[in-house]
Amino acid sequence: MATKILLDRRAFLKSSTVSGGALLLGFYLPGKFEALAATPSAEPVAANAWVRIAPDNTVTLMIDKSEMGQGVVTSLAMLLAEELELDWKKIKTEFAPAAPQYNNPLFGLQGTGGSTSIRASWGPLTKAGAAAREMLVAAAAKRWGVEAGTCRAENGAVIHAPSKKNLTYGTLVEDAVKLPVPDKPALKDPKDYKFIGKPIKRLDTPVKTTGKASFGIDVRLPNMQHAAVARCPVFGGKVKSFDAEKAKTIPGVKQIVQISSGVAVVADNTWSAMQGRDALKIEWDEGANAANSSDAIHKLYVQRAEQPGVIVRKDGDVEVALAGAARKIEAAYEVPFLAHATMEPMNCAADVRANGCDIYAPTQFQTFTQGTGARIAGLKPEQVRVHTTYLGGGFGRRAEQDFIAEAVELSKAVGTPVQVTWSREDDMQHDFYRPAAYTKFVAGLDVDGWPVAWKSRIVGPSIMNRFFPGSVQNGIDQTSVEGASDIKYAIPNFFTDYLLTEVGVPVGFWRSVGNSHNGYITECFIDELAKAGGKDPVEFRRKLLANAPRHRGVLELAAEKSGWGKPLPAGHTRGIAMVESFASYVAEVAEVSFNRTSGEVRVHRVVCAVDCGRYVNPDTIRAQMEGAIVYGLTAALKGQITISKGRVEQGNFNDYEMLRLNEMPEIEVHIVQNNEAPGGAGEPGTPPIAPAVCNAIFAATGKPIRRLPIHAEDLA
Amino acid sequence: MREKSSPAICEFPRIFIHADLLYDRRLASEGFMAISFTLNGKLQTVNVTPDMPLLWVLRDTLNMTGTKFGCGMALCGACTVHINGEAARSCITPVSSVAGKKITTIEGLSSDGSHPVQQAWIEEDVPQCGYCQSGQIMSAVALLAKKSNPTDAEIDDAMSGNICRCGTYQRIRKAIHRAAGTHAGKAKSAA
Repeated sequence: MATKILLDRRAFLKSSTVSGGALLLGFYLPGKFEALAATPSAEPVAANAWVRIAPDNTVTLMIDKSEMGQGVVTSLAMLLAEELELDWKKIKTEFAPAAPQYNNPLFGLQGTGGSTSIRASWGPLTKAGAAAREMLVAAAAKRWGVEAGTCRAENGAVIHAPSKKNLTYGTLVEDAVKLPVPDKPALKDPKDYKFIGKPIKRLDTPVKTTGKASFGIDVRLPNMQHAAVARCPVFGGKVKSFDAEKAKTIPGVKQIVQISSGVAVVADNTWSAMQGRDALKIEWDEGANAANSSDAIHKLYVQRAEQPGVIVRKDGDVEVALAGAARKIEAAYEVPFLAHATMEPMNCAADVRANGCDIYAPTQFQTFTQGTGARIAGLKPEQVRVHTTYLGGGFGRRAEQDFIAEAVELSKAVGTPVQVTWSREDDMQHDFYRPAAYTKFVAGLDVDGWPVAWKSRIVGPSIMNRFFPGSVQNGIDQTSVEGASDIKYAIPNFFTDYLLTEVGVPVGFWRSVGNSHNGYITECFIDELAKAGGKDPVEFRRKLLANAPRHRGVLELAAEKSGWGKPLPAGHTRGIAMVESFASYVAEVAEVSFNRTSGEVRVHRVVCAVDCGRYVNPDTIRAQMEGAIVYGLTAALKGQITISKGRVEQGNFNDYEMLRLNEMPEIEVHIVQNNEAPGGAGEPGTPPIAPAVCNAIFAATGKPIRRLPIHAEDLA
Repeated sequence: MREKSSPAICEFPRIFIHADLLYDRRLASEGFMAISFTLNGKLQTVNVTPDMPLLWVLRDTLNMTGTKFGCGMALCGACTVHINGEAARSCITPVSSVAGKKITTIEGLSSDGSHPVQQAWIEEDVPQCGYCQSGQIMSAVALLAKKSNPTDAEIDDAMSGNICRCGTYQRIRKAIHRAAGTHAGKAKSAA
């Protein structure tokens, strides 16, 4: 039905009506990998409209992104409300189904990640809002027989000031929809903004304070069965045989089914399913990774780092510069695997029928969820409806489809709707982990203590090799080197190479991805160089960032607001770090104290300066910085997934600990005001916190912290 | 209630086709027990195995999903409810142990989100993903019932059992102080 038309890089708008006489506005965005076009017929617009203005004056916006805490429902509604001049109280939102219309133009797929939501939506949503506003104004002007230029839209109505006439949008939709959609609607002057740039309260807070917000785990369908799955504790292992006799005796257990990922117990409630699962006796074929261990991976990394890798960046001649340097500094840094540990464990409910499938899921990637459902259920993608729920945290974990596949496979096998719920242990031991990585540095300083050479060699597994097979060209996974090879410090001779090293542990996108470890190693090594050259860490960075004004801007702002250089309470120390990621710039100063004997590290205060260009909601930016700092700080102080006998050794919050309220630093966020293109907000706050804390400790001890999490022995 | 009679099979044909009903029949006579308690002010009777945690009785038997599963070991606080007014982790509370007791869940705090703690949460825009917030709010309400104007140290003690992976702790602390102000104001005007 849809006609493919190649389009230039702009939103394509289309209006339509439905039987109720509502104004529907759809648009299509050319994607990164494909350029789909607007559908010329009215029907698909009706089916997948973005904006629906109803005769009762309610305006419904389809939310094409997953709401996982980043406030995207509110931000997208603000973008629309601004140009459409909406009554904020009349705005409604719905999560969009899986459909090509809702593809994220930065991915060419429908999905939420990479801190892209605002970057992807600002243009199309403001344009759609402005177009609808112009159509409504034109409809009112026509009805009154006045010039459109004498009318204005405000608060969900069109007003003709000279005659004091006023018509609400609902009364105008029937006329408006007959008008052509303006191709280049006039956008508002930012100085007239009523929503954008204002700290508007989140739309989803009321349902999130009453228990009414429905997460994936809360989905309840008629006849729905609950399932728990026993998976091989060793990655890649398979079921050899199993004995379900005892499991069958657990009250409430209905069926035991072997599926691709293991053995599932289907019961009439989650507890029975989990009890039944624990009662299974399974013999596993543990496969090739049965003897894997963190120690073996570490040794492999160290050994690999002796060999040259694939060159990622080469400026000048680093070897000549090192040979002529007044001083050489060498270091090796290492970071562990990390679990995502979303508060809502993985889960999915699926209802597979002969001619269709419904998937109810907290998913970050609707296109993949639909495809997974279609592949397993043996249906066409359009026969698979994806119902995105609220996500109880995402952080990249819910870009994966393993939990979706289980639910679809089980519903198909059992013949009823099935909800798969993972225990915390399932979640922690079957994650796609932040990669463990190892980096060797050599740098050279001149006689004045300024760096003339920087050489880094990164060793680690590839996320993209698995997630997008074929996307890793020439041995370089950009997610492994981002934040290390692309830094903006002015060092004339710069060299980075990379050794893609698979390790038998599944790795995935973890909030800020490669920047989460490369930001840490780079910013700590910068402090090592500053100290070796006898420079203050802020001054050192400032000079090296002379030609990077936005980097320098956040650095200086964080330094100023933190009182950099001013005296601190006894026993307190301070560190700074600055990382650019996802088109945003963040500097953080951490004020820290620590106890060498107990190993306790206490972060008292974090001052964060963020430049994310034009932004929608300053309170959301603040919240995202607060959250990203806690996420990174938790990892820096506590986070470590270790492997022994091919198994993850941690299982729950007792051995994979989280930062808690009593350990929470005071966080202060300062947002740079400018008119640059929007940058990301969900992830860029994470990378700088670990190096800021480590640099604070380094400033006090003189001993760099070259591995995470911070160990007691590294404080001495 | 677990006994599947013929009419029920007609109503739910797909269960009939696929489920092994023998398990159910046997267990209906063996493992299940009627347990009564007061839930959000109303008497509630459930027919479940006595060792089933209250969390799963709420979520799966009664379809009251506001109370969340996070860890199953009382480590994260997502499942916090009130049992006779005390904050308790429902994930490790066998339902048999609450027979005859008064349970309050997030759904019972107010019908419309008007409880002062819920209002304070809205004012401070506390939630991000929101998953832990039912438990956070239940812990905060229990704290404020005992300490009408808690110090930061008292907030630390009462709230550190509740994990928030989105890092909303700073706002939780502010919201508790805000709600304490509301409480104090109300107490004064009531007196």
